[in-house]
Amino acid sequence: MSTLLFDVAHLLAGGMLVLSFALLYQDRITAVINVFALQAITLSLSVAWQALVQNAPHLIVTAMIALVVKGFVVPYFLQRIIRALQIHRGIEQVIGSGMTMLTGLGLVALSILLVQPVGEVNIYVREDLAFALAVILLGLLMMITRRNAVTQVVGFMSLENGLVLAATGAKGMPLVVEVSVAFSILIAFIVFGVFVFRMRERFDTVDVTALDRFRGERRDA
Amino acid sequence: MTIPAVEATILIPAVAIPVLALISGYRLGAALNIIACGLTLTAAIILLFTEHPRSDLIIIDDFNIFLIILTAFVGFTTSIFSATYLAHEIEIGRLTPLFLRFYHAMYQALMCAMNVALVANNIGLMWVGVEVATLSTVMMVGIYRTPEAIEAAWKYFILGSVGIGLAFFGTILVYLVAQEVVGDGLPAMSWDLLVKSAPMLDPKLLSLAFVFLLVGYGTKVGLAPFHAWLPDAHAEGPTPISAVLSGLLLNVALYALLRFKMVLAGNSAAIDVGAIMVALGLISLVFAAFMLYRRRDIKRLFAYSSIEHMGIAAFAFGMGGPLANFAGLLHMTMHSLIKSGIFFAVGHIAQVKGTQRIAAISGISVTHPVLAVLFSLGVIAIAGLPPFGMFTSEFMLVSSTFARQPVLSVVLVAGLLIAFGALILRLQDVVFGEPTGQAHPAQASYIPAYVHLTLVLIAGLWLPEPIVQWFRGVAALLG
Repeated sequence: MSTLLFDVAHLLAGGMLVLSFALLYQDRITAVINVFALQAITLSLSVAWQALVQNAPHLIVTAMIALVVKGFVVPYFLQRIIRALQIHRGIEQVIGSGMTMLTGLGLVALSILLVQPVGEVNIYVREDLAFALAVILLGLLMMITRRNAVTQVVGFMSLENGLVLAATGAKGMPLVVEVSVAFSILIAFIVFGVFVFRMRERFDTVDVTALDRFRGERRDA
Repeated sequence: MTIPAVEATILIPAVAIPVLALISGYRLGAALNIIACGLTLTAAIILLFTEHPRSDLIIIDDFNIFLIILTAFVGFTTSIFSATYLAHEIEIGRLTPLFLRFYHAMYQALMCAMNVALVANNIGLMWVGVEVATLSTVMMVGIYRTPEAIEAAWKYFILGSVGIGLAFFGTILVYLVAQEVVGDGLPAMSWDLLVKSAPMLDPKLLSLAFVFLLVGYGTKVGLAPFHAWLPDAHAEGPTPISAVLSGLLLNVALYALLRFKMVLAGNSAAIDVGAIMVALGLISLVFAAFMLYRRRDIKRLFAYSSIEHMGIAAFAFGMGGPLANFAGLLHMTMHSLIKSGIFFAVGHIAQVKGTQRIAAISGISVTHPVLAVLFSLGVIAIAGLPPFGMFTSEFMLVSSTFARQPVLSVVLVAGLLIAFGALILRLQDVVFGEPTGQAHPAQASYIPAYVHLTLVLIAGLWLPEPIVQWFRGVAALLG
């Protein structure tokens, strides 16, 4: 197979990774959501490309789901939630941007090292997996370093983007799984929506540090 | 005629979800919930007597058939307990009928998802089952909407989804490995073919996959150090949910891990999964045993006890071999029955006393003798005293460990004794001592808890021959 096909796949996967880093240093919630939408659109392009390369038309469905649901519908509703709750101010970070970016770089190095053994099976698959794992780990990092509930949601969905990238990179992985992944993301979004509104009701904020007062063993006091 | 019993175990709860969501009367909802669980149990029992042709999506073998029946059984008894428990919650206004509709729908979603995870022959489908089960329990843990409940649900959700995300990555890696040998598509994700082709799989990649799977599903099992969500989720959710979380969902996650262990056991060049599980199991056991001493909340106490017992089971399967595997399977079963039974008792105790603080619950032997007997029997059983079934499994595990790894058996026994001490101390506080709080009679359903404890007692005194045969067969499968 021509290397050009893989180069385009890597370009798109690399684009997702860059956007993952972009997610890490945004300091406004609306910007975070926009970058996330962009990442979802890149994901759908990448999946569509895989559909073409692998000659697997069912992947187009996955690409469409990623494009419509994660690229447009979910970001739209998140923006609405933010407007409704009036929280489109800055994001509080647990650790500073610089430190977060450095940790992110470390995570990328880690994912390259981790998928090393895959190279003996298939070198192209290895590079795909390295990108996907890096996106997953950066999503995790975002969930850890952000205090705001909405940005944690976005971090989680970015993590799911990485999972879909990995799943579609694996040649011939059955459709069952991809549709279910998309489905689970929907469910996850509903869950989060419910949570965000409940939090609003209780604390008048979606800053999860407000929850810390109630943490754990309050009955032990 | 073939009876589609496998499909029924999934379809009955799936149909019940929208039905229960639409029914507004909570008494009718609770009754239908019981009926749906009863039908699922019937379908699960029919599974024993039907043929199971192989398919790419569904597998019924010796290993999961028992777990399906156990899940359906505990789900059924819990639905009976849940009906009386919730009637009381409605009475005191902690929940509204609207929330109960939601609760019953989610309860069936949980049963459906767990059955999907158990019968799936496809590692991806199983993953979907575990994920949906997690999400449905998250919703139920947060149902009281107190700050504590929301904190617990949020923590459970974040940790659970991270775990489940890593498990999915592991699943993809397993597919990549199997694809080289089995070929593209569904067959490369089915358990039976994975186990069959295990010796030919690439050991390095398989080992990497297992690390992700272990962290992912290990979070769901509640093994230390990935257990942080477990005590909160148990303490803040409604008690029926604590019962199914401890009794069933932890088992399902452990089942997933064991299936992957079977694949790795077939490949001699892959990492030694047993050693890792032994280590995690012992860490969980000893850690949870010490944590038991400092608990002031009664549901939190038994949540840590679940971590302890999952640790013991993981340790047993990690040791491997016919005897230890046998002990592990028996332990899983006994823990399911006893722990859900204890939560039934604890739920009623917390309701009559109006609190979960152990310090505020004492002398129930004076105020509520029937509950006190039930609770004491449960604690005696979970602490591993004879003549209950858990004594049998722990004794078998200790003796087999002592024969093979004397040093490990010292740690194991120490952990068991430490946990035993904590539980007996708390038992004394709660049952004896000065009676506190209200003494009005409990509106309780004692039958489910007594049925569980009776089964455990029978298992301790005499295990029926077919069950022994079954345990032996599965123990051999696990390797």
